[in-house]
Amino acid sequence: MWQALYEELRDRNFVVIAVALDKSPDDARPWIEKAAPTYPALIDTQHVVADLYNIVNVPTALWIDERGRIVRPNDVVFGTDTFKHVTELESARPLAAVRAWARGETTGFAASEARALQMLPTALDQQARAEFGLAEWLSRQGRADAAERHFVRAGELAPHDFTIRRGSMPIRGIDPMGPQFREMIQAWGAAGRSYYLPLPDTRG
Amino acid sequence: MDGPRASITSSSPYGRGGNAMFTLIEPDRTREVAARVEAGRVLLSADALREGLGWELHEGTLCNESMCVPLRAGSRLGEGGVFDLGEIAATLDRPLAVDVDARAAFLGTSAGERAQALGSLVAPDFTLPDLASQPHTLSSYRGKKVFLVAWASW
Repeated sequence: MWQALYEELRDRNFVVIAVALDKSPDDARPWIEKAAPTYPALIDTQHVVADLYNIVNVPTALWIDERGRIVRPNDVVFGTDTFKHVTELESARPLAAVRAWARGETTGFAASEARALQMLPTALDQQARAEFGLAEWLSRQGRADAAERHFVRAGELAPHDFTIRRGSMPIRGIDPMGPQFREMIQAWGAAGRSYYLPLPDTRG
Repeated sequence: MDGPRASITSSSPYGRGGNAMFTLIEPDRTREVAARVEAGRVLLSADALREGLGWELHEGTLCNESMCVPLRAGSRLGEGGVFDLGEIAATLDRPLAVDVDARAAFLGTSAGERAQALGSLVAPDFTLPDLASQPHTLSSYRGKKVFLVAWASW
């Protein structure tokens, strides 16, 4: 996924940290093993990072500088152009931007610009995450019917949060690539909403 | 604390057997607390609130060992020795998801806290395992440029 980028830039004091928002390590494992990363490839079954960073879909990438500051907030960055025909988002420009930043040729956004580009969570977003957290716990307890009610409620509270609406599908035994997903995306598009939210300079 | 409380007296609003355990899940921990469910409300005694969750009502404020939060205007939290979990969550401005049948609730992080943290542009810290179950902490990579990417098999 990102191994080529990492190998190219690691001696520039640069690291990739990949976080899988998957229901179990087993779901992420085939992809990770194929990528054979030497950077940290982490598993986040409880969507901790989605909550901390207000991540509402994947793939979402952000840049953090050497002092631990966000210098480029949540953006849509694909590692390849495999899905370009579907997403209409090319990978080359965002990846070139990461390289330029890692090489010290650019510095990322100034604080005021970075803040202006951040989407901050609302009370409804956080209520949805609480419903998702409860649903995830219930499903681990084997209480599938109860979990389903709370997954559905979470999706109603935050219809733009696809880490909830699509990310819950594997837990609920729904194919995340299947008809229910396609129906969800069609309805979203018909309502004039975008499935991906790239930053302005990524969208181009 | 000295140990488990003696059995609840007959003058208690709960009565014996009224307080089965209730699971309270938070992002960083899960605890069991004695509570009863009445008309969809999850009710705790002052003792259960203090022993189970570490919160106490003190002169109109809800306090734990590190902070005090004023009660909301018109709040009846603690009246009659009864503490409604929903009112506790609202006082703390934190989201609460409840399943009374499963006797479980998730108390999440407030939007205000998350927004303030993100607005500071300090990257929130976290620790997560890799496939070998080794923990990795974001802040241990301080001094490097980090490209943090969230992805999924879905």
